[in-house]
Amino acid sequence: MASKISGGAVLRAAARIIVLLFFLFPIFWVFLMSFQTNQQILRIPPSIFFTPTLENYTALFSGRLQTASGSLDIAFIKNLLNSIILSSCSVLIALILGVPAAYAFARFKFRLGENIAFTLLSFRFAPPLLVLVPLVAYFQMIGLSDTYIGLIWVYQLICLPLILWIVRGYFEDISPDIEHAYRVDGHSWAKTFFKIAIPLARPGIAAAALLSFIFAWNNFVFALILASADKQPVTVGALAFVTSAGIQYGIIAAAIVLSVTPTLLLALYAQRYLVEGLSLGAVKG
Amino acid sequence: MATLVLDHLNKIYKPRGRAPVKAVDDVNLASADGEIIGLLGSSGCGKTSTLRMIAGFEDVSSGTIRIGEQPIQQTAPARRGVAMAFEGYALYPPLKIEDNIGFALLRQRMPRAEVRKRVRDIAELLEIQPILERYPPTISAGQQQRASLARALVRRAPVSLLDEPMSQLEPQLRAILRARIKDYLAAHQMTTVFVTHDQTEAIALADRIAVMEKGVLQQFASPAELKERPANLFVASFIGEPPMNVVQAEIGTTRGARVVQLFDRAGEPSFTLPIGGLGQDQIPLAPGKVILGIRPHRITLADQGLQGRIQSNQWLGDQTHLLIEVNGIPLTVVTHRRIPGRIGDNLAIEIPPRALHLFEPASGRALLHGGDAVRAAA
Ligand SMILES: Nc1ncnc2c1ncn2[C@@H]1O[C@H](COP(=O)(O)OP(=O)(O)O)[C@@H](O)[C@H]1O
Ligand SMILES: [Mg+2]
Repeated sequence: MASKISGGAVLRAAARIIVLLFFLFPIFWVFLMSFQTNQQILRIPPSIFFTPTLENYTALFSGRLQTASGSLDIAFIKNLLNSIILSSCSVLIALILGVPAAYAFARFKFRLGENIAFTLLSFRFAPPLLVLVPLVAYFQMIGLSDTYIGLIWVYQLICLPLILWIVRGYFEDISPDIEHAYRVDGHSWAKTFFKIAIPLARPGIAAAALLSFIFAWNNFVFALILASADKQPVTVGALAFVTSAGIQYGIIAAAIVLSVTPTLLLALYAQRYLVEGLSLGAVKG
Repeated sequence: MATLVLDHLNKIYKPRGRAPVKAVDDVNLASADGEIIGLLGSSGCGKTSTLRMIAGFEDVSSGTIRIGEQPIQQTAPARRGVAMAFEGYALYPPLKIEDNIGFALLRQRMPRAEVRKRVRDIAELLEIQPILERYPPTISAGQQQRASLARALVRRAPVSLLDEPMSQLEPQLRAILRARIKDYLAAHQMTTVFVTHDQTEAIALADRIAVMEKGVLQQFASPAELKERPANLFVASFIGEPPMNVVQAEIGTTRGARVVQLFDRAGEPSFTLPIGGLGQDQIPLAPGKVILGIRPHRITLADQGLQGRIQSNQWLGDQTHLLIEVNGIPLTVVTHRRIPGRIGDNLAIEIPPRALHLFEPASGRALLHGGDAVRAAA
């Protein structure tokens, strides 16, 4: 009996370790790489024993990289700033548009409502290039290519459907009678929305905002095609390290570590919200 | 304090992909000022739909609702002058019970001290003072229900709508609160519509009761009137505990006098009941098939009379419910005495004319009430 239980426990622990290794190993490896020089990284066979160096990080922050073929400008800090601007503005606008829309979809059963909601969701399934190719020409025509506004607009394809669908499930879970009670007590429709519906859906809204921030942050293709060096986020900026003098693996690793850190911290900080928000919305909605 | 009028009110739900549901079917109803109306009916008969239309959460499919002469179908809920206690309580989770109850009054710019006093008073009336500082998710269903009721009553709105306000309470508490709520409503002359499927509650609390079934208003009358003069077979069987005995019968004549011939379950003729003056001059009654209703409370035990056999005998502490079979017809009888008889014993009963109600078989419409006929003959 006792041996049976411990046997199961051992198996489970082993399974857990394998899963963890599988998911964490690449992150761990990148983390190690960020403290190595290119020579150390490219050594064969690879080793986890090396003398750590901060040279990659200093290069990123100082903005200059010395390579065999001369020195190279690095726009990493600028890219980081772009990422922050693009992601937060996109989420903000998606919230302003998406939360009222989610409320409308949850509360009012209008004709074609379901179709519109699904169409919005299907943007997430479409291959990004399908949308991008026509957009490039179109954006050039109306002068939106290579502007923050244009990029933020396109980023709505990522953020808006997420917010709409998660928050909608959340609104559907709130008993309409709670709003009705507020309304018979003398309040307008709009006030009910802001004072009752939004506060009660707050965990769902926070979860949706967080997720769409992370998705926007990690986006690569949209910015690659629509933005010049000036407006590029970190994901695209890392491409600059593929230089004529070779690929700067160490710097790329350091850039990845730095660019993942904000989203990772955010996710850890809001983990409770995320789990609660997502599971409530999904299970009950 | 205002009158409430429902004029040819209809509600048809049209759920997507399913057949339309006629939840409220041509309801007409007019309250007096300050009247307490009980809306009584089984589950799904359209009670909640009616209240929601009055409050303004559901569109009216057709018809008019007037509060104090003013048609209000197009008015926003906030401006209709209604307060509502919801079937599902609908308390606002982030607010303490005290603030839940008081927030409509604060919104009306009533001074804080006065709001506080009003909230305390209503909390005392409904026995929820101990939970005023608590939050809705942390209290029991019965407490939430009373908090929700308090939130509606505290406003003393022109029209109060209470949707099954006491369904979650234990019977003793319900009986106590019933009396207090009735006093409160009367003291402030609050026009009230309360929904219930408990006829004891409806009878105890309401000035008049509207009986609904399948969206149709069957009868709107005082509790006594519903018992004495039910408009149709549905109301007759619905009101009264235990329910009325229902027997197939036929109006005939024996030796020149009108009688009711009763039939047993197999359709064989059983005994006849003399109906004396019933249905002769003042209230004409054509010979033919009828449905006969007999109130269990009106049947009396007699030394001589119809001979029956006891099929069951239950003493309920203050009354006896007997099932007595008389010549193939089982009849429920209620008496306030304790009856020693056992199952199978013989017992004689008497069915006075005022125990009888006659209904048209096809429509169920009432043809004659024994009480009326007795009064008319006197
Ligand atoms: N939103 C709705 N959509 C479709 N049918 C509904 C809706 N609300 C109520 N109904 C139907 O209308 C009828 C009356 O419901 P309701 O007024 O809630 O009854 P009650 O309160 O008397 O139990 C029921 O058959 C119910 O299924
Ligand atoms: Mg109901």
